[in-house]
Amino acid sequence: MIKFLIKGVIRDRSRSVFPLLTVMIGVMLTVFLYAWIQGVQTSFIDSTAKFGTGHVKIMSRAYAEESDQIPNDLSYVGVKSLLKELRSEYPDLIWTPRIKFGGLLDIPDEQGETRAQGPVAGMAVDIFTEDSPEKSILNLEGAVVQGRLPQKSGEILISEEFANRLDIKIGETATLISMTMNGSMAVTNFTVAGTIRFGMSVMDRGAMLADVGDMQTALDMEDATGEILGFFQDFIYVDEKAEELKARFNARYTEETDEFSPIMRTLFEESELGDLMGMIGMFAGAILVIFVVPMSIVLWNAGLMGSLRRYGEIGVRLAMGESKGHLYRSMLVESTVIGFVGSLLGTMLGLGIAYYLQTHGFNIASMMKNSTLLISDVMRAKVTPVGHIIGFFPGLLATLLGTSIAGIGIYRRQTSRLMKELEV
Amino acid sequence: MRKSSPIFAICLIFVVLVFSQEPSGDWILEQLDENIGSDNKIVLSSMIVHGRRGSRTIESKSWVQGREKSFTEYLAPPREKGTKMLKLEDQLWTYSPATDRIIKISGHMLRQSVMGSDLSYEDMMEDPRLLKMYSAEIVGEETLFERSCWVLELVSKDDDNAYHSRKIWVDKERFVALKEDRFARSGKLLKTTEIKEVTRMQDRWVPRHIIFKDVLKRGQGTEFILESIEFDAEIPEYVFTKASLRK
Repeated sequence: MIKFLIKGVIRDRSRSVFPLLTVMIGVMLTVFLYAWIQGVQTSFIDSTAKFGTGHVKIMSRAYAEESDQIPNDLSYVGVKSLLKELRSEYPDLIWTPRIKFGGLLDIPDEQGETRAQGPVAGMAVDIFTEDSPEKSILNLEGAVVQGRLPQKSGEILISEEFANRLDIKIGETATLISMTMNGSMAVTNFTVAGTIRFGMSVMDRGAMLADVGDMQTALDMEDATGEILGFFQDFIYVDEKAEELKARFNARYTEETDEFSPIMRTLFEESELGDLMGMIGMFAGAILVIFVVPMSIVLWNAGLMGSLRRYGEIGVRLAMGESKGHLYRSMLVESTVIGFVGSLLGTMLGLGIAYYLQTHGFNIASMMKNSTLLISDVMRAKVTPVGHIIGFFPGLLATLLGTSIAGIGIYRRQTSRLMKELEV
Repeated sequence: MRKSSPIFAICLIFVVLVFSQEPSGDWILEQLDENIGSDNKIVLSSMIVHGRRGSRTIESKSWVQGREKSFTEYLAPPREKGTKMLKLEDQLWTYSPATDRIIKISGHMLRQSVMGSDLSYEDMMEDPRLLKMYSAEIVGEETLFERSCWVLELVSKDDDNAYHSRKIWVDKERFVALKEDRFARSGKLLKTTEIKEVTRMQDRWVPRHIIFKDVLKRGQGTEFILESIEFDAEIPEYVFTKASLRK
């Protein structure tokens, strides 16, 4: 029977082509959009974690209150012992200290006077320790455009765009003017060892990267740091895990009476990404609903049109004694076949586009010129196991739903009038 | 005697009319600017910065010529000793002995705090003549620190000014602004200044103890204490050159 119905669907193309195309396009869009949203979500979380907040971040309570202003005067003191404790008590996380700082990078002429200068957003990370995780977290080697990574104290990296703007060459001196932890003016000479490009507008505009030990010396931050970042070993952020860790840490270390005691915050909390991710999740759900409902309406309409076109055929089949239930079921089987084939083709096409954008990405640098978001300039889709089935079932469901509504008309046909209708 | 009586009466009425009139805001600003003076002076001062982790005292000596030129050398603490700053009109350079560099402070750096205090470089660079930058209106009279004051609201004449508006309390007798609130264009209060002590030095009323507070920063503000001031001092011209920064 099913074979017979499939033959009918294939041979009578006007019965199958339009619903098939509708399902295929709808499924393709769903699969692609889902993969794209997954990619954007992952990109947001990854870049914010790696360049901003870690999966969890430890600061002094006072620093945490004003963390968006990078108040290094409120830094946490006693980093060495805290890091030691963290590494022994929470070994399933990677812990690394960081100092963020702002200031002016000044390039001298032969007389030692200002030749060029620009505002700099700096980050000090552990570069010199042999087993430092920062090199892989920030992909430092891959980010170097000219020169090399700093190898000795006093060497820094600056962003390629910034270096071009200041017209500074590798090996030249750059003076950082910033503020020490005590509020004094910090003026320190560094040597530019190389230039970097992270592929993030906000970092590439005017970034400077130095070793954390060098910056502790420059900013009078002995055994102090602005932030200690923690990363899950698998680099996958799970908010529940981070929240549980935060509760445990804060219960043990945070003291309400000491504003310089350490406090832990999660990535979602610190970056306010939680709200954004919630919105994206809602958006993804809405896409599916929006997809299933209008596609069902389109397919219902297609079913109605089909019923009109097949009005005579249905009448003959009823006149020949086929029961209404059997006829209705056979139409559902037909639509299942169309839905299956359409969903399969749509999934394949959607995944194809998603895989392409996962590999090659889509450059949004021109839109990110003034952005302050820690997000890559190249947005990529991300194909996940869910992406393989996300469009398939809604596609099948929409086809079935459309046909089942349109097919109700069969039950309205009155057998007594059939002969008269068929004469016409 | 009889002939001169009407003339005397008219003169008397004129004098009474003139002096009974409420002075204008601009006139008060003019008196305030005049009191600051534009002559040469050598100033020895201390700045106590009250941070959340403790307080620091920064001592400095400044040579000032008129309103356009000033040269400051920091004397203490050791971290700051030898740091020098030169202001020539609207330009500012700093010299750091540790790096032997002369660096021009410009752009966004001007908004940064000077030595961690509640004062920014922009505040330091500001022309002290308020009348040049603001139009003033008297909005009331109050008694502040037991002194009778005019309350003036100043609105910037130029978009380039660091503060869009200010509210100042001017001592009616001494023409010293005893209190000041500085506002952004949005109306947000940015900084406050309070003069705790005014002293008479060489026929002028000079603020001796001032408290600056950056409202956006936590902490108890920055105290400025004038240790000594020498008016009409002889200052050689070479002091106000970049070469003197390295000396």
